[in-house]
Amino acid sequence: MKKRQKKNGGSPMDPLRQSPSRSSSRASSPRTLPCEMLGYVGIEAVLDQLKIKAMKMGFEFNIMVVGQSGLGKSTMVNTLFKSKMWKSTMPGLGVPTPQTLQLQSVTHVIEESGVKLKLTVTDTPGFGDQINNDKCWDPILGYINEQYEHYLQEEILITRQRHIPDTRVHCCVYFVPPTGHWLRPLDIEFLQRLCRTVNVVPVIARADSLTIEEREAFRHRIQENLKTHGIEVYPQKCFDEDINDKILNSKIRERIPFAVVGADREHIVNGRCVLGRKTKWGIIEVENMAHCEFPLLRDLLIRSHLQDLKDITHNVHYENYRIFRLNESHVLPRGPGWVNLAPAPASVPAPAGPQANPSPPKVGGWAKDNSDEEC
Amino acid sequence: MSSEVARHLLFQSHMATKTAHMSPQVFDNEEKQKKENTRSLAMSGHVGFESLPDQLVNRSIQQGFCFNILCVGETGIGKSTLIDTLFNTNFEDHESSHFYPHVRLKAQTYELQESNVRLKLTIVNTVGFGDQINKEESYQPIVDYIDAQFEAYLQEELKIKRSLFNYHDSRIHVCLYFISPTGHSLKTLDLLTMKSLDSKVNIIPVIAKADAISKTELQKFKIKLMSELVSNGVQIYQFPTDDETIAKVNASMNGHLPFAVVGSMDEVKVGNKMVKARQYPWGIVQVENENHCDFVKLREMLICTNMEDLRDETHTRHYELYRRRKLEEMGLTDTGPENKPLSLQETYEAKRHEFYGERQRKEEEMKQLFVQRVKEKEAVLKEAERELQAKFEHLKRVHQEEKLRLEEKRRLLEEEIIAFSKKKATSEIYQSQPFMTPGGNVRKDKDRKNSSFM
Repeated sequence: MKKRQKKNGGSPMDPLRQSPSRSSSRASSPRTLPCEMLGYVGIEAVLDQLKIKAMKMGFEFNIMVVGQSGLGKSTMVNTLFKSKMWKSTMPGLGVPTPQTLQLQSVTHVIEESGVKLKLTVTDTPGFGDQINNDKCWDPILGYINEQYEHYLQEEILITRQRHIPDTRVHCCVYFVPPTGHWLRPLDIEFLQRLCRTVNVVPVIARADSLTIEEREAFRHRIQENLKTHGIEVYPQKCFDEDINDKILNSKIRERIPFAVVGADREHIVNGRCVLGRKTKWGIIEVENMAHCEFPLLRDLLIRSHLQDLKDITHNVHYENYRIFRLNESHVLPRGPGWVNLAPAPASVPAPAGPQANPSPPKVGGWAKDNSDEEC
Repeated sequence: MSSEVARHLLFQSHMATKTAHMSPQVFDNEEKQKKENTRSLAMSGHVGFESLPDQLVNRSIQQGFCFNILCVGETGIGKSTLIDTLFNTNFEDHESSHFYPHVRLKAQTYELQESNVRLKLTIVNTVGFGDQINKEESYQPIVDYIDAQFEAYLQEELKIKRSLFNYHDSRIHVCLYFISPTGHSLKTLDLLTMKSLDSKVNIIPVIAKADAISKTELQKFKIKLMSELVSNGVQIYQFPTDDETIAKVNASMNGHLPFAVVGSMDEVKVGNKMVKARQYPWGIVQVENENHCDFVKLREMLICTNMEDLRDETHTRHYELYRRRKLEEMGLTDTGPENKPLSLQETYEAKRHEFYGERQRKEEEMKQLFVQRVKEKEAVLKEAERELQAKFEHLKRVHQEEKLRLEEKRRLLEEEIIAFSKKKATSEIYQSQPFMTPGGNVRKDKDRKNSSFM
């Protein structure tokens, strides 16, 4: 897997990123002798073998969209995957806004050029819609942790499946309403809690209500907000490995959050058929970089960083969850509720008192940090 | 697509019952997907996730690959030479001696690079295999080594803080078993060793130094070998035939097992090219000539076509088997006494509690023992002190008495001295008185003096 190195002087999130460096610099791997081959052997054929195997097995990707109703989440998902995942919900018709936050998941298998992708999209209708939105992030965190728990349970069975089905949330897209001012307290609270557990990609929703200058100003203010509150969104700085990654990811980080517009209707513009929103003053083309930054989001999520999202979820977030679970279980008293997290730990993992962990400062620091916020 | 279906069904059966695998059946697409609650969706445009395999490949390139080969065979059968020839490089020079008392395993890791693929190759050689007079213990070190690698991986996997993605995988992916070209049949040692290894590692048997056998003998030899293996229930690695692209090639190769190979890094001029070959007075055996030996087939199968499958099999079959056995040995099960699903974690934690309790108890015991001993020692010391004190007192008293007596004596002595000196003084006075008196008086006085002394 990619190595993840801790950068010095990073954000307060660093302590929880247990990312050791690559094996060649560690003492545990054996002494290796570089050897020159005198001719072609055929080792590179292993790449084709890998590809064939991967295509046969298919890929899985789980994405979650979070935001208040009316920000265009369902439409965005439909636009991203160019298909009708959901009926876009129209206000005032049919289903009333739910009174509590319920998570809905839908799974589709889509195929392109022989590559099969099992896509699961989780929506969160009712988020931030109530009058009192306190602790509205709990069900979401609970859901995410529940998926980690399922995976952990499968992994520690004695007779394991050949391929453990991966339902863990790989990416959470957070929709920020286009106020143009700052991040709201709800946004900040939510982002702070979530970015420790899952990869978060914030986007400015319904960006067609902002002009280009307003967008830039809003973006800068949001970036400042994120920095002040120590929120590390994807792509996290502490996971950049080599200089290429850094350059690539810095470019992305400059544009986060993307200002996006979603549309699933097609219109004719200059003879071409494009996806867009038609208004009296013009047609906003979704895939036009001059109009909105949807292509950036799509490229990030699908074309270039999908595997990376999965890797970070598996190597960092899942491992952190696992460490926490295995540590806490011998602090809690044994009982029926021991393994069964019926209402899954809704809050971000609370500190487990004495840590049997060999390096307490790192996990302990994170836990302590949490408790200050939770209570 | 059918294998995909099979795999989906496998997931379901596992989730439902968590018992033995169902045999895969082919369902209708719709039905299968309805069961899983998924729908197939048609996209109206190009989304772009066809780059997913490339993303995966890029990640693997960055990571690098790991491949571990174990070579089992007698000393001098050509293991090192074959490996050199396979990877087209000179790994190691010196020959092993024939006089080792036990079988040892020697592992050496090399880094190879071809275009942008980095391979960490580990070659494990059995040194001294088949050299001893008594070969009963020959295969045990090999089995132990393989188990030790599985154990190391299992330990890493069970750690709380683990780094699996960084872990240098030392599990053996393939075992090349070298059979000596007698032309008759398998040796007992070979049979025993292969039987004990077949459930732990992928075995590919090869006939070494195949230039010592003629073509017709070779055919008969191969048939004999395979039938012996089958009749003894030895499971050797079968090249996978479930993927259409390589199924045909693999199936035909399966029929050529065991491969008859010749290894050589020496180059000989044949025609107008330099080829790897062995030169004899009666001809030249070319290593890469398919008519001469099966070397090219071995290289194809081992490296170009099935390297990934070998690694996969090791991880998903052999390692899982080892893990399951090991955990069951430790007394952990998936289902508790009432057949409720217990988690490995729970039982593990239970054992940990037990262990801690045990340890705590022992600590208490030891503490108490210590305290007791200390008390005893203290008592003894106090006793001694008291005795000492008594003695001291006694001595002091004795000393005092002595002193008093001596004082007494001294006083008496002094009194006597005084009395004596008085008498001396008076006698001197009498002597100094006038000597006029006649002698009679003197005599009387003298008598008187003398008599006073008497």
